[in-house]
Amino acid sequence: MLIWPPAGIWTRASEMNELLALIIGKSNYWAALILLLIGLYGMIAKNNLLKKIIGMSIFQSAIILFYVSIGDKRGATIPILEHGHGPEAEQVIQAAHYANPLPHVLMLTAIVVGVSTLGVALAIIQKIYRVHGTIEEDEILESIDE
Amino acid sequence: MKRLALLIIIVLGVLLLRAAGDFPDWGDPSSPASTYLSPYYIENSLRDTEVPNFVTSILADYRGYDTMFETVVIFCAGITVLTILRHTHRKREKIILPRPQRQGSDLILQAAARLLVPPMQLFALYVVAHGHHSPGGGFQGGVILGASFILLALAYDLKTVLKRFKEKKILLCAGLGVLIYAGIGAFCLFLGRNFLAYAAWHKVLGTSEIMAHSHGMLGVEIGVAITVMAIMLSLYVDLASGGDLDEGL
Amino acid sequence: MSFEQSPILILAIPLLTALAISLFCQRHDRFAYVLLVLAMAGSFVAALLTMITVVQSGAAIHYRLGDWPPPFGIELVIDHLNALVLTMVSGCALLTAVYSLRSVREESGDRIAHYYTLFGLLIAGLLGMVATGDAFNLYVLLEISALSSYAMLARGRGYAYYATFKYIIMGTIGACFYLLGVGYLYIKTGTLNMADLSDILSTAEMHESVSIRIGFILIIVGIWIKMALFPLHGWLPNAYTRAADTTSCLIAPLMTKVSVYIMIRLMFSVFSVDYVFRTIPWHEAVVWLATAAIVAGSISALAQRNLKKMLTYIIVAEVGYMVGGVWLANRSGLTGAVYHILSDALMTLCLFMAVSAIIFKTGKTGFDAMENIFRKMPVTSVVFVVGAFAIIGIPPTCGFFSKWFLIRGGIEAGQWGFVAALLFSSLISAVIFFRLIEIAYFGSFETHGRREVARAEAPVSMIIPMVCVAAALILIGIYTNEIVSGLIRWSLPAGL
Repeated sequence: MLIWPPAGIWTRASEMNELLALIIGKSNYWAALILLLIGLYGMIAKNNLLKKIIGMSIFQSAIILFYVSIGDKRGATIPILEHGHGPEAEQVIQAAHYANPLPHVLMLTAIVVGVSTLGVALAIIQKIYRVHGTIEEDEILESIDE
Repeated sequence: MKRLALLIIIVLGVLLLRAAGDFPDWGDPSSPASTYLSPYYIENSLRDTEVPNFVTSILADYRGYDTMFETVVIFCAGITVLTILRHTHRKREKIILPRPQRQGSDLILQAAARLLVPPMQLFALYVVAHGHHSPGGGFQGGVILGASFILLALAYDLKTVLKRFKEKKILLCAGLGVLIYAGIGAFCLFLGRNFLAYAAWHKVLGTSEIMAHSHGMLGVEIGVAITVMAIMLSLYVDLASGGDLDEGL
Repeated sequence: MSFEQSPILILAIPLLTALAISLFCQRHDRFAYVLLVLAMAGSFVAALLTMITVVQSGAAIHYRLGDWPPPFGIELVIDHLNALVLTMVSGCALLTAVYSLRSVREESGDRIAHYYTLFGLLIAGLLGMVATGDAFNLYVLLEISALSSYAMLARGRGYAYYATFKYIIMGTIGACFYLLGVGYLYIKTGTLNMADLSDILSTAEMHESVSIRIGFILIIVGIWIKMALFPLHGWLPNAYTRAADTTSCLIAPLMTKVSVYIMIRLMFSVFSVDYVFRTIPWHEAVVWLATAAIVAGSISALAQRNLKKMLTYIIVAEVGYMVGGVWLANRSGLTGAVYHILSDALMTLCLFMAVSAIIFKTGKTGFDAMENIFRKMPVTSVVFVVGAFAIIGIPPTCGFFSKWFLIRGGIEAGQWGFVAALLFSSLISAVIFFRLIEIAYFGSFETHGRREVARAEAPVSMIIPMVCVAAALILIGIYTNEIVSGLIRWSLPAGL
């Protein structure tokens, strides 16, 4: 299941077309996932605590981008009813005309949660700097072991 | 550690990108996400709640329970930062952070701030109130309100803002906003319906059940705006001054 | 208001009380304490009422928030499994609230009202996580309980800040993996309600789909990070050890168990038994992972000299029991895992309360704190002994019965490694605790048999909850059959 597409694919033009369609048609998912991996690498691998937090912020933004791009529809407008009040409001509403509002709502929540976690993490970094004198992870571990 | 991290990223990357081949295309109007639940919201939001902005009606009414907890999250973050940074034991600390001192006052910045802050706050109230018909709502309006106070703190200094809006009042506003939201929901219990069923308010407000939904949504959005404003300011004040409330950026 | 509103009251009472405490009780600590205890008691009563309703009617309760029908609105779904965990969480919270009267003054001094606010919000978040029937709502509540626990843990002693920072990083990765997994499911199905998801995911086309499989992996790995399953447990020992005493009594028994409950709920009510055990071929590998968790946790606990750190490694081993029990894929294993959620929460609470009382009175955190405890603090030491017997697995405490079910499940599934690890960890726990009981009774080698030791028992506010927990450990053991046949048997999914 997890094996990458077989080796023969590069030699056939029609499958090449398919691959291009795959990449371009779903480019939003690739973009979000690559950002996610960059953010995750920052969170795990970086030594400086503030860089880890920046990685966390990138990671959460990538997830938000992923969700919001799910709700897009070709040729659709913002999810607010046109002519929402007044006599024209009785017209038939076509769902395909408006973007999907549900991912927007979910991501409003996720943005707020991300901001809250960021605030708390920054407060803790300030405290760590006061107590240990540094925000590099290896130096903190040394100062704990003493 | 870096090599282990790179390995994890590569494995995870292969896993995630492999799955992306299975997804519907970008902007496909016939994807399951766009054809299953959301048409109901789009077609019925005006009829059920008299609110043409589908995002607001889902946020504050259909999935209002989620939004209540989201407001609790931001309240919790404010209390957390307060608990961590304010009035903590100083004897364990090695470093005394140097405080930047203001050199005189800047005429241009202060004049610009004086001109900008009232329209900002007016615009924020407009965003909250008009969230039913245009993009907006409690979170957006609350953030702009909070930003207006932060602008004052940047142009003048932290003490000026704290004189106008004391720390105790900030906390009071934060708790009050969430209490308004949860209180509107709990009051529906007393009126005989389920939690957060705004239709129960039509007896108290004297309107139809559908308009009660719209008014209930406005009430909770106001609560959210108050909390978000207070917490944005509180987060700035605590983080910028490191808990001293003395002087920040 | 009648019984039918009791599901939301379980959550709403702690939430509203926490907000009221933050607004009105800034200077009045006693008043805040009384409000908190009343709120936890109210929540516990509501949970009991809900459990009685569920058992009597035999069917799950569906509570629609805002009166919107699912899947358009959010609903609370309470069935037998839920009701058991809700009662357990609110009961443990009530006992810890009563316990906190003296210890919280030392830790938080001028910020007691804020501490109780965070307490109430944490419990509301945990209860909400257990009761909800919506996958995205679970994420929001996961973050509420995580944020309030960051605040409470950061106020610990020593180098608590760095440990809390590591916890923030790991916790955010776990929660975001969960969110990404839910996103994958949403792309393919278009809904977030758990019952609706399980209907849509039961078709053969969805079983074959790669993105659903990856979504499942992401969700499960995210939850494993949150429950500190080996090898993702690095953040747990430091974070919980450095925490203040009341905080560790509150968080340690509850957070990992609620994560295990979430894993069970997502595995069986969203993805089906069929999908998890037959379409995906890894349940044996997971049982080996759980075995490694049990062995690693037990051996690390043996090596510790700090009482609380030893207990946190025992938690790591206990998480291994529960995860292994669930993934054994048979009825005995799942019964053992669910029963162990209940009994482990109580055992952990009992031990943490006893150890915290000992640290509170003696001021020491290593094994020397236990010297002559039998003479200094007799009630506390009896409670400690009951808790120790429960962890080792001596009847009639509930620890024996949960091990019994798990071992039976392991034998039925042919997982001999898991059975061996269970017996091995009982042996190691016996060594650890009998060593401690010996120090407690006879004192250390130097002070053995010498001077008379004065009685310095823990305060009443600590003794009452400790005795209640110890009694509960024995009572639940005695009434195992009733609990299993009345509650747990109905919560096992069909088809195991």
